Amino acid sequence: MVFQMHEIFSAVRLSLCVGVISTALCALVGIPAGCILAAVTFRGKRLVLCVLNTLLSIPTVVVGLLVYSMICRRSPLGFMDLLFTPSAIVIGQVLLALPIMVLFTCTAVSAVDKAAAETAITLGAGRFATAMVAISEARTGILAAVAATFGRLIGEVGVSMIVGGNIWGYTRTMTTAIALETAKGEFAVAVKLGGILLIMSLGVNMVLQSLKGSLRLRTVEERR
Amino acid sequence: MSAKAAVVATALALMAGASTAAEPRTIKMATTTSTENSGLLAYLLPQFTKATGIGIHVIAVGSGAALKLGENGDVDVVLSHSPAAEREFVAKGYTRERREVMYNDFVVVGPKSDTAGIAGQTNAVAAFKRIADAGAAFVSRGDDSGTHAKEKDLWKTAGIAPRGNGWYIEAGQGMEAVLVMASEKGAYTLTDRGSYIAVENKLQLSILSEGDPALFNLYAVMVVSPDKYPKVKATEAGKFVDWLTSDAGRQAISGFRKNGRQLFFPLGNKAAIGN
Repeated sequence: MVFQMHEIFSAVRLSLCVGVISTALCALVGIPAGCILAAVTFRGKRLVLCVLNTLLSIPTVVVGLLVYSMICRRSPLGFMDLLFTPSAIVIGQVLLALPIMVLFTCTAVSAVDKAAAETAITLGAGRFATAMVAISEARTGILAAVAATFGRLIGEVGVSMIVGGNIWGYTRTMTTAIALETAKGEFAVAVKLGGILLIMSLGVNMVLQSLKGSLRLRTVEERR
Repeated sequence: MSAKAAVVATALALMAGASTAAEPRTIKMATTTSTENSGLLAYLLPQFTKATGIGIHVIAVGSGAALKLGENGDVDVVLSHSPAAEREFVAKGYTRERREVMYNDFVVVGPKSDTAGIAGQTNAVAAFKRIADAGAAFVSRGDDSGTHAKEKDLWKTAGIAPRGNGWYIEAGQGMEAVLVMASEKGAYTLTDRGSYIAVENKLQLSILSEGDPALFNLYAVMVVSPDKYPKVKATEAGKFVDWLTSDAGRQAISGFRKNGRQLFFPLGNKAAIGN
């Protein structure tokens, strides 16, 4: 079967759209959470880190099923009509990738030289300002967390398939399209779609890299 | 900074694009891989949408899963080919009416070498017995689909319990994937003729046994009952059922060709063929 141009465009747009929105939501929640986790010490912190590490390897289909059971008609959230919509994919992807964002941010912030924070405090910075200094010092690592999150999400197929339903022109993402074409024995088409997905991902990562470059440039200027 | 602005702008543009993607009147249909992957629905549904303005979102799974989605009220209409499971669906009150739409047939396909020697065997059960006797590899859908249900029926009639035998491979995948797997392994499998024709040119398989009345493959459509789920879009879904079984719908089904051949044959309004 011929895979038409507008079908590819539709799948590319959905994959990018869902991936970017999910990553943004993950960042919105995960970066502050990761910073707080890095800053505080409490009993059981190691257990929390261990659980987060374990969640990094949670199968996407398990997250998909979990979300499915939360939003299907018979579930408490069934009235919201979320199942088999792009929103459902976003919900699943945020749950899937949140541990990555939190953990990577936490690691990046924890790795910041304590001297930087201490200097800030000596200079009279409050807790919030000190935190901002630490985040600023950890920005490369946090950007890496964003990139890793996006990477996990753009290539993810389990959540998209189960709660999206792979509906043509509506919830068919690049990855579910690849799965479908493979199932149909259209290997050549599947490989082409895989190539397009990688090129897409390259584009997004180039934007992220340039963001990192511009951040670095600014601090150099500030130091002058 | 400009890079950041570009990221934000792209995200906003994408969000705007996503919000316009939902059509105002759209119903959800769960159906089998055979109707979706063969291209039938891609051919039929635009005609229906053009005639009525109603869009249809298709979730293609096995018949068992499709009926389950109907039972849970997650879709508005179900198109499947698993008569026994469908009658249960009716009996439990998940639909007010099961309407038979079209048919084709199942065929037993296998390697051209035909190690079990079933070529020309028109009795499907006899063919299955020979495959089991020869211990020839057989790939099963294993996914509770309509085809899987039919296959299990045939084994039962043959008095054979295939599971656990080394030659019996349960794939748990859609029809085309199973056909590709059977082709790669030089194995036999049961398939609906439509799916087979759709991927025929990619396979090293031939139709070896066909024509048994037991291999009749009937598709039926059911609107999920609004008595069970008030939010079901029964009016729009009913329009689809009416259209599919109307002259226009039947002509559309007949008009669909794959590799120059007709895959699905519409039933008359009151027709009751086979079964």
